[in-house]
Amino acid sequence: MITFLTYSVIILAIVSMVYLARIADLTRDLKGGNEADVPQSENKQSALGFIIFMVGLFASYIWLIQEYMPMTLPQAASEHGAKIDGLMNINLIVVNIVFVVINILLFVFAFKYESSKREKADFYPHNNTLELIWTIIPSIFLAVIITWGLYVWSGIHQIKVDSTLWIAGLGLLITGAAIIGLLKNLVAEIRVTVGGSLMLFGAFFCSYFFIAKNSINTEVSEEPLVIELYARQFDWTARYAGADQKLGAAHVRYIDGANTVGINTEDKAGLDDQIVRNEFHIPKGKPVRFVIRSQDVIHSAYMPHFRAQVNAVPGMPTSMSFTPTITTQEMRADEKTRKKYEKINKIREKRGEEPIEFNYVLLCNKICGATHYNMKMDIVVDTPEDYQKWLSEQKTLTEVLGPSEEAQQEENIAQL
Amino acid sequence: MGAHTHHHQESFITKYVFSQDHKMISKQFLVTGLVMALVGMLMSTLFRLQLGWQGESFKILNFFLGDKWAPDGVLDPNMYLALVTMHGTIMVFFVLTGGLSGTFANLLIPLQIGARDMASGFMNMLSYWFFLVASIIMIASVFVQGGPASAGWTIYPPLSALPQAIPGSGLGMTLWLISMTIFIASSLLGGLNYIVTVVNLRTIGMKMTRLPLTIWALLVTAILGVLSFPVLFAAALLLVFDRSFGTSFYLSDIFINGAALDVSGGSPVLFQHLFWFLGHPEVYIVILPALGISSEIIATNSRKPIFGYRAMILSILAIGFLSFIVWAHHMFVTGMNPFLGSVFTFTTLLIAIPSAVKAFNYLTTIYKGKLNFTPAMLFAIGLVSTFVSGGITGIILADAALDINLHDTYFVVAHFHIVMGMSAVFAMFAGIYHWFPKMYGKLMNRKLGYVHFWLTIVGAFGVFLPQHFLGLAGAPRRYYENTAFPMFDDFVELNEIVSIFAIIGAIGQFVFMFNFLYSIFRGQRSSQNPWKSNTLEWTTPVEHVHGNWPGALPTVHRWAYDYSKPGADEDFIPQTVPLAPGEQDEGNH
Repeated sequence: MITFLTYSVIILAIVSMVYLARIADLTRDLKGGNEADVPQSENKQSALGFIIFMVGLFASYIWLIQEYMPMTLPQAASEHGAKIDGLMNINLIVVNIVFVVINILLFVFAFKYESSKREKADFYPHNNTLELIWTIIPSIFLAVIITWGLYVWSGIHQIKVDSTLWIAGLGLLITGAAIIGLLKNLVAEIRVTVGGSLMLFGAFFCSYFFIAKNSINTEVSEEPLVIELYARQFDWTARYAGADQKLGAAHVRYIDGANTVGINTEDKAGLDDQIVRNEFHIPKGKPVRFVIRSQDVIHSAYMPHFRAQVNAVPGMPTSMSFTPTITTQEMRADEKTRKKYEKINKIREKRGEEPIEFNYVLLCNKICGATHYNMKMDIVVDTPEDYQKWLSEQKTLTEVLGPSEEAQQEENIAQL
Repeated sequence: MGAHTHHHQESFITKYVFSQDHKMISKQFLVTGLVMALVGMLMSTLFRLQLGWQGESFKILNFFLGDKWAPDGVLDPNMYLALVTMHGTIMVFFVLTGGLSGTFANLLIPLQIGARDMASGFMNMLSYWFFLVASIIMIASVFVQGGPASAGWTIYPPLSALPQAIPGSGLGMTLWLISMTIFIASSLLGGLNYIVTVVNLRTIGMKMTRLPLTIWALLVTAILGVLSFPVLFAAALLLVFDRSFGTSFYLSDIFINGAALDVSGGSPVLFQHLFWFLGHPEVYIVILPALGISSEIIATNSRKPIFGYRAMILSILAIGFLSFIVWAHHMFVTGMNPFLGSVFTFTTLLIAIPSAVKAFNYLTTIYKGKLNFTPAMLFAIGLVSTFVSGGITGIILADAALDINLHDTYFVVAHFHIVMGMSAVFAMFAGIYHWFPKMYGKLMNRKLGYVHFWLTIVGAFGVFLPQHFLGLAGAPRRYYENTAFPMFDDFVELNEIVSIFAIIGAIGQFVFMFNFLYSIFRGQRSSQNPWKSNTLEWTTPVEHVHGNWPGALPTVHRWAYDYSKPGADEDFIPQTVPLAPGEQDEGNH
């Protein structure tokens, strides 16, 4: 029945298109018109169409903002994340203004200067002043955005720069100026383009030196807690350094049975490492440095609530750091989070599913295979006390591998 | 150059199949591109069914994919990734590069510069046949055991290198690589030809500063292609070695399926640098012809010169140049040196300046014009909207600090689909409606064109505007479903809405397909210059002749944009009309 209906709909659609086209052809032929000459009535319709479309576009955009902006990520739960959010908000404001203004101008112009309303078009081929204005205004805005963005970015990564950078920048500036000023034999366009580009990059390197210098955190911060996130198809494992605060050496060739992340059992630092699955904990207010490894393909360790992400690359350990600022409990009480989860649970109830509570998550955000979409780990941000308690309950590698292996280890060590 | 007409009889084969005439080759590119577009669109509609109604059964999925890939009408997760991959590959390379550049570069370059044909007709023919073979292989790869390539259109190794990692990385991936290699050959043959033709075969008086912007855009596009595609070729070749000959350029320290592989010293990040060294210019290879086409159509139908002709050329050149030094903005979170991230943030945001100039110049061109809403003009105006609406989110994504949290989320999907996907598709449609009379001697049905446009633009924004919000919620792209992440459950309805708009948009394309075929056979015959346009292609006869102009080649006396010039009788002055005494050539002062 459904098949029959489907085919009928398709046939009907084709027939109606044929008729629409035929009718259009017939009316055109009757009026002696031409497909190329758009009648004024149709021009008016299209012009009106643009206005209706614009209103519809903005109305749906406002509806989306009202309905779904509250469902986006809550406030950042990390120190640097708050800075990213500040930068994001400014960007969003500017982007929205441009989006609204340009689209209004475009569609209103389309309406206003439609053929039937106009005697003749203006001949207005160019205006250097105008063009200069709309080159310079975006440039100034971009200079602000770039500076601010790079300040945040260098702060996150604590990018170290030394004086060679501004010296190189100065060199480029001078070279560029020299090309423009001295090489009079060259065509002016080439001289200005090449020299100007060099000067632009020179200016960038000089200013970047100061941006990066100022973003360096000079306060002596405590040693970060180091945690390894280990990715494979299709799950995550977290490894804590144990009592000695040192992660043991590891390589995929040591993967064996319960030793799933390939810790070199001959490295003593590894024996007290604690391996956890499904969920890992981090303490509030303490800097955490994640070392990220992958054993097979590229994955991406994405922790959206902390505004943190870096790829897990086989053969090349990567890292990222952040300081969590909001515990899981606190975030559950957060206004925006509460509302979001109320809505989620309403939807789940309708589908007959269990209600859920907010949890920080680690997702895989790089296509990695068939069940990429299932690759996750929950994150719990504890108070430092709760964190210590939880950590002390986690098994060490020695405990996981069992006594027989441990005995084997000791024998090996004795033989050395 | 004297009259040079070929009167020798052409056989069916040399005229329609192995044709060396640029007009026929352009039609061949167009039809192949449209077929590929239909396939790519169908694929996206199929996976949108899964994304909108997760885990539900659809007969149509089973109809297209069979019991193996859609048992009981539910899409298989591997096939989902395969569809996503093939949709991306087909749309980016086969539709918006081969289909768009191939069609319009072939059609317009000789006609708009006043040349008899491309510099090398034979190379041009090869370019099409390589393209066709590549298309056929790409489509064929869908039907192999294990499915087509499934590692995303960016085919990052090790996922694309190891058949153990995903079934699509077996024979499907091999065919993908073979197909792309042939595609690259096609693109290079075409691109070299375009460059040589524009540089050498311009007719008398056709200075570079009198070229229509379409030609400028297509020229810079061809240069970008010739400089960047070989790098993809190298990247693909090394991947072939890794896959088939035991090298490890991209592989290192891998343990998969219970065994450690004997690979070391390679770097997956190297592949990404090579890939994006092509990949980023590639998005400009897609968008520049689109901007060229829209410049031409907006000027013609506004009955106004394009505003700031020189600034438009300079911005095309600036975008072209900058496109080569921004590639690593796709790699901010790969673990690459963060200092590099800073540099690429800077260079990427610079692109906003020439792009803004272009957008403002479009607006000023429309301002105080006398707008004639042919279907082509509707699409060109739609392009300005999508180019701006999608482009501005690029400012956010270009910022390395902001990209950390938006990388690979739906925000990115929304951004590039609007700015590059939709804009380029709109330009392709605009170009087809506008130059259809030049290709087929007929006019396309206007009313069906309107229906097509409104369905398409509503579909486009309906699909991609909501996806920004998914991205801001942290939803990753390429997720088959979100059962493991109930934090996205509140977007269930929105996903349905997106899928419904995707279906609306898809239906709109069938209106176009119908109109295209109907107009070829039943369309009204076109006059020589239906849009009252200035450019040279409208001085050729409606019936195609080999060599384009039956008599001598036209001589050019002015730029292409003398619309509504004060003092002229009509609101257009073709480029072939000599300057009146005391009249100045606007493009050259």
